[in-house]
Amino acid sequence: MSRPTTYAQALNTALRDALTEDENVLVLGEDVGQLGGVFRITDGLTRDFGEDRCIDTPLAEAGIAGFAVGLAMQGFRPVIEMQFDAFGYPAFEQVVSHIAKMRNRTRGRLTMPIVIRVPYAGGIGGVEHHCDSSEGYYVHTPGLHVVTPSTPADAYSLLRESIASDDPVVFMEPKSLYWSKAEVELPTTTEPVGRAAVRREGSDVTVVTYGPQVPNALRAAEVAAAEEDWDLEVVDLRSLVPFDDETVMTSVRKTGRAVVLAEAQASPAWAPRSPPASRSAASTPSPRRCCGSAASTSPTRRRSSSTRTCPASTASSTPSRGCSGTTSRT
Amino acid sequence: MSEIDDLLPCREPVRFLSPDGTEAEPTQEMTDRGYAIPPVEDLVRVWRAMVVGRRFDAQATALTKQGRLAVYPSSRGQDACQVAPVLALQEDDWFFPTYRDSMALVTRGIDPVEVLTLLRGDWHCGYDPKATRTAPQCTPLATQAVHAAGAADGLRRRESDAVALCFIGDGATSEGDFHEGLNFAGVFNAPVVYLVQNNKYAISVPLSKQTKAPALAYKGIGYGVRAEQVDGNDPAAVLAVTRKAYEHARSGKGPFLVEAHTYRMEAHTNADDATRYRTPDEVDEWTGQDPLVRLQAYLVAQGAIDDARVEEVRQEAEEFAAALRDRMNADPQVDPADLFAHVYARPTPQLREQAEMVAAEREASRPETEEVAR
Ligand SMILES: Cc1ncc(C[n+]2csc(CCOP(=O)(O)OP(=O)(O)O)c2C)c(N)n1
Ligand SMILES: [Mg+2]
Repeated sequence: MSRPTTYAQALNTALRDALTEDENVLVLGEDVGQLGGVFRITDGLTRDFGEDRCIDTPLAEAGIAGFAVGLAMQGFRPVIEMQFDAFGYPAFEQVVSHIAKMRNRTRGRLTMPIVIRVPYAGGIGGVEHHCDSSEGYYVHTPGLHVVTPSTPADAYSLLRESIASDDPVVFMEPKSLYWSKAEVELPTTTEPVGRAAVRREGSDVTVVTYGPQVPNALRAAEVAAAEEDWDLEVVDLRSLVPFDDETVMTSVRKTGRAVVLAEAQASPAWAPRSPPASRSAASTPSPRRCCGSAASTSPTRRRSSSTRTCPASTASSTPSRGCSGTTSRT
Repeated sequence: MSEIDDLLPCREPVRFLSPDGTEAEPTQEMTDRGYAIPPVEDLVRVWRAMVVGRRFDAQATALTKQGRLAVYPSSRGQDACQVAPVLALQEDDWFFPTYRDSMALVTRGIDPVEVLTLLRGDWHCGYDPKATRTAPQCTPLATQAVHAAGAADGLRRRESDAVALCFIGDGATSEGDFHEGLNFAGVFNAPVVYLVQNNKYAISVPLSKQTKAPALAYKGIGYGVRAEQVDGNDPAAVLAVTRKAYEHARSGKGPFLVEAHTYRMEAHTNADDATRYRTPDEVDEWTGQDPLVRLQAYLVAQGAIDDARVEEVRQEAEEFAAALRDRMNADPQVDPADLFAHVYARPTPQLREQAEMVAAEREASRPETEEVAR
């Protein structure tokens, strides 16, 4: 029976079900045991599965990631937690040089079925190092999948799929959505990783977004409809790698306009370089625009959307009414 | 001995053979710890593998000059460390080597052409890590230290009695991952043996600039990891100490750190010029400590090998090198499609698109390619 489920509960249930179904699944991280993780995503797992399955590790992110590499070599499926986005950086070498590359290095003989869970992005009143949009670092590394659900149903389904995947997955959890709720019956299976979802159908502008900004885009669409008579179509990417070009382009061809809405710093981030931004310019005659944060500020405010900017320096030279209208009113 | 004394290494590196191949006087500490010179037939096996290994190493260096290898980091002088610990492994044990350890991989029985694939530059790992229970040669320094801890923990979880052996250089002990590897191994009581080949240099930088520790083996105690130091140019001592380390790990007592004092006789790689940072006198001094000369002299004196046996093994090593040379002279067959084949279990649409693009371009240019080949 469906009932109100938070995003955090959905993740917890996914981990629980994976631990139950496959004894090779192990959960490792800082404070993931007794405490249940600083965001309580692993709540009760050590109690129910033992400290040999949900493991408090020493405080060392490279160690956690590297240890997972060794476990994966022995056929385990480690799910590792980086406590916060910026604290995943010590593990970067292990993630980029080994987890991402081991499969190719060994012609598929050694696979790295590792899920790296990263609570990311702002909007929860976090201080520096607790609110980075670090997805850009991972999407540029071949060998990694980068998944970021925006709903409780996707949180469950995509995490289960990621754990079962033989590819390493950087699983990015928007902290601001941990307490968001939806009516869901678990277990549930949504569209697979690699398929974007049209969250709202519209005819005027396609808003391409993901993770923490999906609810903002949906709210903006309502405001735009009510106040400016714009009919926005909202596409939730769900995974940045693989990128669902097809769904995005189908939408953009229909509406003739694209706005990329991302929380990450606009200049060096995923958003402005993402395929929809570049492709839509080439394939449609109409305006497109990228909205992101200014490169120098970190989104620490709880109501982060009010600080979103649409910096002129990062937008295309084509003027667009859609962008400022969309972001300033959310 | 107190628990703390037990963790500490001997004050003097364990040594059975003097540089001239005569038996060295064992120290009291060695005797107290029960170290004994290994049986002579075991040392004959080590000697034989060292003769083949050294010839392999020389051949690989020659292959760089012929343009058949992109680069080769020689381990000449470190032959005892390359051979004895690997021969003492059991088949189901795992091995975590670095770029320096090609001789060790050959000793493990891996096809030398597959070993040299990385250094030839046509693929990153030529052998099957699962079938050989040998991780790819690791280049990002010390990162393998944590892999080995994790793999050893994995072996323990599988209730196997196998252990992991991890090689690491002296310079790499300054990296954070060395610390994290030892610490994780200690906390999880993982059956892993770390062998530091202290060859005195990290490219050009001497050990004195890496650490203030009296010896690298003293780094064990900070993690509660049992440690030992050994004369890395004494094959008998390296064999005895690594066997003891495996026994320790295999019996559930946790990780073990061995520091082997040795010397890198060649430059860092064929592309390096070692005269810029060390003197010929220093190198000469270590020439007098050669591990192969030392062991051979001992075995001859023991009557375990004679001239005929020496000649027989020399011949075997020559044949090994000749076969390697011939096989390396053949151009490797590479398929550009491979570039895309192994990146993902489930490739992204974009990668598939790129693969198709390359395939189409190759198809379109096929007649030309054939002409060039002719
Ligand atoms: C993380 C990292 N930094 C730098 C290098 C470049 N590098 C390759 S070998 C080497 C020296 C390593 O010395 P040591 O650990 O003593 O091993 P040895 O080469 O003597 O066997 C350096 C600096 C590297 N491979 N990885
Ligand atoms: Mg060195």
